[in-house]
Amino acid sequence: MELRVNGYSSYAYTGGKSLKPALDANLPAVIFIHGAELDHSCWGLQSRWFAHHGFATLAVDLPGHGRSAGAPLVSIEAMAGWVIALLDAAGIARAALVGHSMGSLTALEAAAGFPERVSRIALLGNATPMPVSKSLLDAARDDTSRAEAMINVWSHSPHGHIGGNTAPGMWMYGASRRLMARAERGLLLNDLSACNNYAQGLERAAQVRCPALLLSGSHDQMTSLKAARNLAKALPDARLQVLAGAGHAMMAEQPDAVLDALRAFMVETQTA
Amino acid sequence: MADPKTYGLDTLSLHAGQVPDSQYGARAAPIYLTTSFVFKDSDQAAALFNMERAGHVYSRISNPTNAVLEERIAALEGGVGAIATASGQAALHLAIATLMGAGSHIVASRALYGGSHNLLEYTLPRFGIETSFVNPRDLDGIRAAIRPNTRLIFGETLGNPGLDVLDVPRVADIAHTHGLPLLVDATFTTPCLMQPLELGADLLFHSATKFLGGHGVAIGGLLVDGGTFDWEKSGKFPTLTEPYAGFHGMDFTEESTVAAFLLRARREGLRDFGACMSPLTAFQLLQGIETLPLRMARHIENTRKIVAHLAAHAAVESISYPELPDHPDHELAQRLLPKGCGAVFSFVLKGGRPAGKRFIENLRVFSHLANVGDAKSLVIHPASTTHFRMSGEALAAAGIHEGTVRLSIGLEDADDLIEDLNRGLHAAAKV
Repeated sequence: MELRVNGYSSYAYTGGKSLKPALDANLPAVIFIHGAELDHSCWGLQSRWFAHHGFATLAVDLPGHGRSAGAPLVSIEAMAGWVIALLDAAGIARAALVGHSMGSLTALEAAAGFPERVSRIALLGNATPMPVSKSLLDAARDDTSRAEAMINVWSHSPHGHIGGNTAPGMWMYGASRRLMARAERGLLLNDLSACNNYAQGLERAAQVRCPALLLSGSHDQMTSLKAARNLAKALPDARLQVLAGAGHAMMAEQPDAVLDALRAFMVETQTA
Repeated sequence: MADPKTYGLDTLSLHAGQVPDSQYGARAAPIYLTTSFVFKDSDQAAALFNMERAGHVYSRISNPTNAVLEERIAALEGGVGAIATASGQAALHLAIATLMGAGSHIVASRALYGGSHNLLEYTLPRFGIETSFVNPRDLDGIRAAIRPNTRLIFGETLGNPGLDVLDVPRVADIAHTHGLPLLVDATFTTPCLMQPLELGADLLFHSATKFLGGHGVAIGGLLVDGGTFDWEKSGKFPTLTEPYAGFHGMDFTEESTVAAFLLRARREGLRDFGACMSPLTAFQLLQGIETLPLRMARHIENTRKIVAHLAAHAAVESISYPELPDHPDHELAQRLLPKGCGAVFSFVLKGGRPAGKRFIENLRVFSHLANVGDAKSLVIHPASTTHFRMSGEALAAAGIHEGTVRLSIGLEDADDLIEDLNRGLHAAAKV
């Protein structure tokens, strides 16, 4: 569906539901936020499940990503502010935020800055802070295709490099590569820089008041498990769950395990 | 810092898409010869039907053995995914039926496999889809043939029968300028000799019956989506960009940014047309693909020796192979096909139709049959078999001489093949 956010046309996938049920004010809302240079489609299976199981579901395209217009936002704080503006535009008072990688920093910042608007956060593939290596930043600036190749290699577990996709016939490595290649050149550098510059995440974590789930892959080479453990300590109410064998691209590599973890967290904290 | 490395073609040919099964640890891909799959519970069943969880329901739509094959070819071609079909013809039909309906138009190379030509020229018009056939070397001709209702540009990486090399980058540019995808039949080149998706093609298919299998025991097709074409931006493909009543109002490009085509092809095309592959066939084709890079290298090595031998032989009037300097696409082939121009080619015998017949009858190693891409060497003389009713004039119009012989070079000892050909050439020269 299209929403007007901060003056620009913004797209959010509703999990295959039509507009009205997706925005039913009586339903608990869940917002999915993608990572660097990606779009809503990385949440396909998970967002469809929530949309069809009693949640008003929006998987967003951040500005300048996928189908959303507007210039890419240059900081995690701006992205968090945009998510809250999107809630306003959609008429959603309070929502759970599910973010992956850059999207998980966005969810963290939004929960710290707008506690009355965020009911819980699920942070997938998170490291706080999230320093980006100079070699990757340089590649993103000088040769985006090379940077995308580096990210794609590091984002998949050893298992993911061979395949065995649960989605029949899909080569997840190729799908990830092609999705990144669709983005405007310069977007990856923008997004990686935003992650790299977000330095106050651990301080902000202490201000979060809602329950948090940290979901990390045991074979994640992009965001380390050690960093996730540090964040879990900094959050007042957090649980850390490790997906054995998963890499950073966990929604594609282990879609069912990701869904089960999110489902348990959302439903449990919903009824708590 | 060195760039991180991905697996090469040899490794992917053996491993892509398959990890040892979790129950018994079988190293080979198990053959899941079952029509259907038991649901764990009602919730899982509903989630599978509604695409909330990935998995298999019914083998016409997907099957674990087929999925290994599909993922493997997608990995080898650099695509986002693939669909296994009952044959190469079924793959071509699935591609077309997914993209368009009655009132649509295709621009196709005229240098096509006969089966593809039949589908486009005679059968699809009955369903309201017309095709204009163009010289694949005539880029202006391709441009001129595009109409407002054109929905696809189609050609073979190596055309039939003259091995016309499709200038994939330039034809793709023409297609994309007009908001159209380029589909190529990559059967003759395989991912070992050319990577069409990297060169600009958007979709490709294989008759896996040929080199991918190699053993000549299984008929099958594979349709690969490069994930590169922007259906939304083109605005010409409502089957992919508008809600589909046949699947709960799904808008396929919203659902999957890069795999909308595959999603519709599987959820509608396999479901409704039903030209699926047997899991047993998928297993047999996987056995072939495991050795594809090794076999293609040998196919090319043998072909080069035989082409050189025939080119110098007194009984041979002419020979057509893009690596020869006099082939019209020699320069293009050096750019796009540096690893080789395939293992199927034609040559013209002196002595016309009788010479061709005599040549065939004196071969012992080459098998006289209507197929190509087998591990065994194959031969056919069109004027006395597939085209036997045609006059010399009619043959010439089709680009075939009375003495034309088509060879598919296999993996035997090159010396044995040359000796066999010499036996046939000697007999033909006596006609």
